[in-house]
Amino acid sequence: MTLKTADLDLAASVADEAPLAVRRRRPRFVARDTRAAWWFIAPAFLLLAFLVAYPFVLSVWFSLSDARVGTSGSFVGLDNFERLFSSSIFLQTLQNSFVFTAAALTAKIVFGMALALLLFRITRFKRLIRGAILLPFIVPTALSTLVWWWMFEPMYSVVNWTLKTLHVVERDIPWLPDPYLAMVVVVLVNVWRGLPFFAITLLAGLVAIPRELYEAAEADGAGPVRRFWHITLPLVTPVLGVVILFSAIFTLSDFNIVYVLTKGGPLNMTHLFATYSFTLGLQGGEIGLGAAVSLFLFPILLAVVFLQLRLMRRAAIYE
Amino acid sequence: MSDAPLNSAIALSRTRTDRARRWRTIRPLLTVYLPVLPFVAFALFPLYFMLVTSLKSNAELYDVGSVPFWISRGMTLSHYGLLSADTPFWDWFANSLIVSLSATVISVVLGVLAAYPLARMRFPGSDSFGVAVFITYLVPPTLLFLPLTSVVNWLGLSDSLWALVVTYPTFLVPFCTWLLMGYFRTVPKEIEECAMLDGCNRFQSMFRILLPAAVPGLICAALFAFTLSWNEFLYALVFVSPAELKTMTVGVFSELIRGDIYYWGALMAGAVIGSIPIVIAYVFFLDYYVSGLTSGAIK
Repeated sequence: MTLKTADLDLAASVADEAPLAVRRRRPRFVARDTRAAWWFIAPAFLLLAFLVAYPFVLSVWFSLSDARVGTSGSFVGLDNFERLFSSSIFLQTLQNSFVFTAAALTAKIVFGMALALLLFRITRFKRLIRGAILLPFIVPTALSTLVWWWMFEPMYSVVNWTLKTLHVVERDIPWLPDPYLAMVVVVLVNVWRGLPFFAITLLAGLVAIPRELYEAAEADGAGPVRRFWHITLPLVTPVLGVVILFSAIFTLSDFNIVYVLTKGGPLNMTHLFATYSFTLGLQGGEIGLGAAVSLFLFPILLAVVFLQLRLMRRAAIYE
Repeated sequence: MSDAPLNSAIALSRTRTDRARRWRTIRPLLTVYLPVLPFVAFALFPLYFMLVTSLKSNAELYDVGSVPFWISRGMTLSHYGLLSADTPFWDWFANSLIVSLSATVISVVLGVLAAYPLARMRFPGSDSFGVAVFITYLVPPTLLFLPLTSVVNWLGLSDSLWALVVTYPTFLVPFCTWLLMGYFRTVPKEIEECAMLDGCNRFQSMFRILLPAAVPGLICAALFAFTLSWNEFLYALVFVSPAELKTMTVGVFSELIRGDIYYWGALMAGAVIGSIPIVIAYVFFLDYYVSGLTSGAIK
């Protein structure tokens, strides 16, 4: 045992030193490359500095000011944040965001994994089936959400028609006017759109697992369930981690689905940070408050970036 | 005489292999194709329903008694006619096309230029620029639309398509850079080093050696940039308000819903036509979409 860990340490230290050795090999090229590299990068750098970094700073300034439409506003410290935390609508938004993200992510993880495992075993009509599965992810969300709206429309809902015809329910279910059911629908549409991303990416992770591991496990008498828990899941975990982090940001910051389906209603029960910030900042003209709401996405963004960079670095070491 | 038991043994084993063979063909049907069916139906039904609704007559559409799943009283193109005649629908289509193509060209060019040094050169600040690109890649547009509104106003671009051509690259350039960096790294360095020994400078070697070898990556980046621009909704909603300057996604949504009157047939017709360019691109380049999607998350 001790010998083994010693070997591992040795291997790790060699792996750590290898990139340094490569880096030191050609110092003379470096000086000549630097200027060229900066010229290459300059256009993208200027664009991102002016249209991402600067607006971000502006957003922080807005959140600390009483800026309204047409006025630049003056510094008010943390007033906006204090107002938000004493506003029941904002606290509701905070809760909605958590519920929405947790529910949608859980569904996407579970069904995405199941779908990926199925797609992996498909041999005939592979392209056709994968193509069909991926389609919801490609079609414009704002437009595809319209059809979901139509499918849950109070009078002519195809869902209600089906449920009534099958005698599951006797009367129409008020999907979108009901605060809780509206959240269910919003989550459902998000899962519909996001599931392909999970399935296809996890599928890529599954394909990368060496076949020999399964053959060896099968020879040792491991059944399909044990093979899944002891080979598939641990080896697909890094990919799963990246996909979850990715999806966490884009689910939490969702705007299109909620705006098209419910505009945050009924009774603000489906407002997320993006839609509430839109309502306050653009429709209500209170830019300062709106910016403060949207900044709540930032700490989560930072956490995801931090975790993701760590994951990638670990992956790079194992490569 | 003594053949009889042997024959029956052969017959028995033959039925056994037959059964095994049949089982081998039926088993995947039961354990793979049958369970995947609900997923396919879930993915496709809304899109099918969109198409069916857009082709139904109003009389059938608003009849609670008729079966909603198919068209039983004849197809009609009247909803498409209404779109063409009564709304600036084709303007929206053209706007979307102009904005998406321009934003795609800008983003792929800037992405190539930024990805090249990140993949190939070592220079002070390369790591931090790489991380910066990655962070901007993850910044959701919903975080920045308020301050961007004032930047766009300040530049005098509000209510013009330029507002979109300028702001879409903010989320496209990081994506293209990230994707292309991965592709460039798969092209062996040695070919370029040869070219540079022969007197090419960095720019020439990128243009003549690397880019031709990385064409799949370029197609992939362009496809994704086009798709993301075509599908964009928030910036188009916020920065452009005149009806005839709207893009497809915003126009269909905001001009066809007036108060409490919904033109469901026309809405679905608009959604169908608005999705068609993307679906066509998708059918032809499915493999690029798959590789772009996975490389975006995995690399």
